[in-house]
Amino acid sequence: MSKYIVSSSPHLRDHVSTRRIMQDVCIAMLPACIVGVLLYGYRAAVILALAVAAAVLSEKFYCKAAHVKDTTGDFSAVVTGMLLAMNLPSTVPYWMPVVGSVIAILLCKMIFGGIGKNFINPALAARAILALSWANVMNTFAEPAFGNLAGVDAVASVTPVSGVASGSFTLTQLMLGNIPGTIGETCKIALLVGAAYLLYRQVISWHIPVAFIGSFAACYLIATGFDVHATLYQVLSGGLILGAFFMATDYSSSPATAKGKIIFGLGCGLLLFWFRYGKKTPAEWCSFAILLMNVASPLIERVTGAKSFGEVKK
Amino acid sequence: MATTQTFGGGVHPHEIGNGKTATRSQLIANAAAPARVTIPMVQHAGAPALCCVKAGQIVNMGQVIGEAQGVVSAPVHASVSGKVVSVTNCVIADGRTVPAVVIDNDFEDRWDESVKPCENVDALGAEEIVAIASSCGIVGLGGAGFPTHVKLNTVKLDPKPDTLVINGSECEPYITSDHRVMVECAAQIIDGVRLAMKATGIKCARIGVEDNKMDAVEALKAAATEGIDVVALPAKYPQGFEKMLIYALTGRKVPNGALPGAVQCVVLNVATCAALSAAVREGKPLIERVVTIAGRVANPCNLRVRVGTSLMDLLDQVGGLTDGVRKLIVGGAMMGNAVPSLNLPVTKTFGAFLALGEEAVSAEESACIRCGRCVRVCPMGLMPAKIDALVRHDNYDGAIAAGATNCMECGSCTYICPAKRGLTQSCRIAKAIARSKKS
Ligand code: SF4
Ligand code: SF4
Repeated sequence: MSKYIVSSSPHLRDHVSTRRIMQDVCIAMLPACIVGVLLYGYRAAVILALAVAAAVLSEKFYCKAAHVKDTTGDFSAVVTGMLLAMNLPSTVPYWMPVVGSVIAILLCKMIFGGIGKNFINPALAARAILALSWANVMNTFAEPAFGNLAGVDAVASVTPVSGVASGSFTLTQLMLGNIPGTIGETCKIALLVGAAYLLYRQVISWHIPVAFIGSFAACYLIATGFDVHATLYQVLSGGLILGAFFMATDYSSSPATAKGKIIFGLGCGLLLFWFRYGKKTPAEWCSFAILLMNVASPLIERVTGAKSFGEVKK
Repeated sequence: MATTQTFGGGVHPHEIGNGKTATRSQLIANAAAPARVTIPMVQHAGAPALCCVKAGQIVNMGQVIGEAQGVVSAPVHASVSGKVVSVTNCVIADGRTVPAVVIDNDFEDRWDESVKPCENVDALGAEEIVAIASSCGIVGLGGAGFPTHVKLNTVKLDPKPDTLVINGSECEPYITSDHRVMVECAAQIIDGVRLAMKATGIKCARIGVEDNKMDAVEALKAAATEGIDVVALPAKYPQGFEKMLIYALTGRKVPNGALPGAVQCVVLNVATCAALSAAVREGKPLIERVVTIAGRVANPCNLRVRVGTSLMDLLDQVGGLTDGVRKLIVGGAMMGNAVPSLNLPVTKTFGAFLALGEEAVSAEESACIRCGRCVRVCPMGLMPAKIDALVRHDNYDGAIAAGATNCMECGSCTYICPAKRGLTQSCRIAKAIARSKKS
């Protein structure tokens, strides 16, 4: 045997690995998580930790039980755990993030074959199941109290989405995030910093977020007779920013081609508009819009199949 | 003006380890001729040459030792003068075992009488230039080794080609042999380009050089004559692939399954043009070439090496291997062949020898995360992840329907894949199956 490796070309590989990509996503979500803890107190931190731990442990458990290679080293379970916690209000009981993560990892990811095989975003699907099963708990938000780690018990009566018509919050509040909401969705500045990092590191491309937010905003503008304030208010409330940059861009559950991504983003934006416009529902529809498009994603990919370089028009 | 569009996709492997810097600014040195050469009869695409010497025979430098068999073939010449030790077999870089002639060098460098300079180059017609390219065994030095005389012979082509595309892009990481030839032998390249224009009847030639070699662009521009454009192209792999280069220089897309002739182009490599000039003006057959030796060797450099020199002899001249070598590669890091031993001869198509370490050892592959990177970089617009999945499910018809046969095996998808999947390898399997189905 030769002491030299013989394998077929190419012989060089890029530095980027699955693990690095997932770590990048974690890094990008950190600012929003930190602000979440500052806004809603220690409960937020505990929920984040529980969700991540439960996600990683259930993936480990699954791999052991199914006798497959332990895949937790790729950090994707950490991403799922973090995302789920970011989508929960800080008021939920502590068993909820745990149950949510177990559902996300076991029922929405591993069952389909693990990373890359899940057709829906596991964190979102788990959140939807929790929201449908325990609607009350999932729609109880704490009043923010910046810097007060003990947290406040005061329960908010209005959330931005439900308070749309009254415009109960200023745009500055919506940007800074000192409003009632889930742990990770309220501070748009922190989310946008993370999104910029993901774009810079080329973990995500612009197609989905731009098409998503763009189409939603365009519809809203037209529907409201070009009311810029109302439109901005809508864009910055609820989970849209978190959803557009961190959830709709999930690799497995969105199309791989640029054209497909744009159609996917457009679909998300239109659905969200349809769900939200003129309705006074307290529920956050963003994740449902994304989930629906997740299901449509394979179809979109099929019809937008790449066109090869030498395909000549006859 | 020449167009400077670029193909979609592509990768930047030269950013890894930046192997070109080690050799890019050093002058080409002449390698010492070895005491013994092993010259394979297969150094080109097409039919192998047929050995026409016997053991014990004394041969001169430049003498034909293998005759071309048919049109798409090329003769092989002795690269040293001396005595034929044996006519045997040897292994070449792609793993094939082929007939070869072993010659002991007498170090006299006695040229064969057939090698003489041409008195009046300007008087040569197209047919004569084609005949010289053929008799001197000129083949594409870029790697594929297609016999040059076949490309130059455009008499029967319809429509007639109108653009000569000259490849000086050298997009592979580590390799700088074409770069050095462009800087040091620009006039000879331009001369070769003009001869090729005459042979093909083409009035317009475009030389594409990646913009990380501006000294080469300047040198060629200074030497260029009428009808020859030198164009700087964005440095990105695989810029030097025929189809990508034609697109960059002419805006034409070669249809799937077709050759450059379909878009009225003839493509030659810069070093091939220099060799053509030497053949026509000095009567010199192709018996040496410039080889980049880089990676984990003591003195990375570019050497002008006689065909048939063994890798072992070559390495002695650069101070041997250094520590940590895990892979030996003949050709580029993206397209070349990994070889098991140093017991291999340099051939006409042998552009580089690389000794790579851990950087060439891929991490273990994991599941596809559907990130779409492979789709983004594929210059052919394919979906490598899809082809890979189909091949792994033994659905070869599906893979072929997904365009696997259009894959150029450039390796960009495998290079970029964060899950370290062998996507190019899957395409190769699908292509092999498609070929076997056809025959
Ligand atoms: S680059 Fe690799 S992981 Fe990404 S889609 Fe292609 S095959 Fe899958
Ligand atoms: S599929 Fe083929 S042509 Fe496309 S990037 Fe991969 S190796 Fe290159």
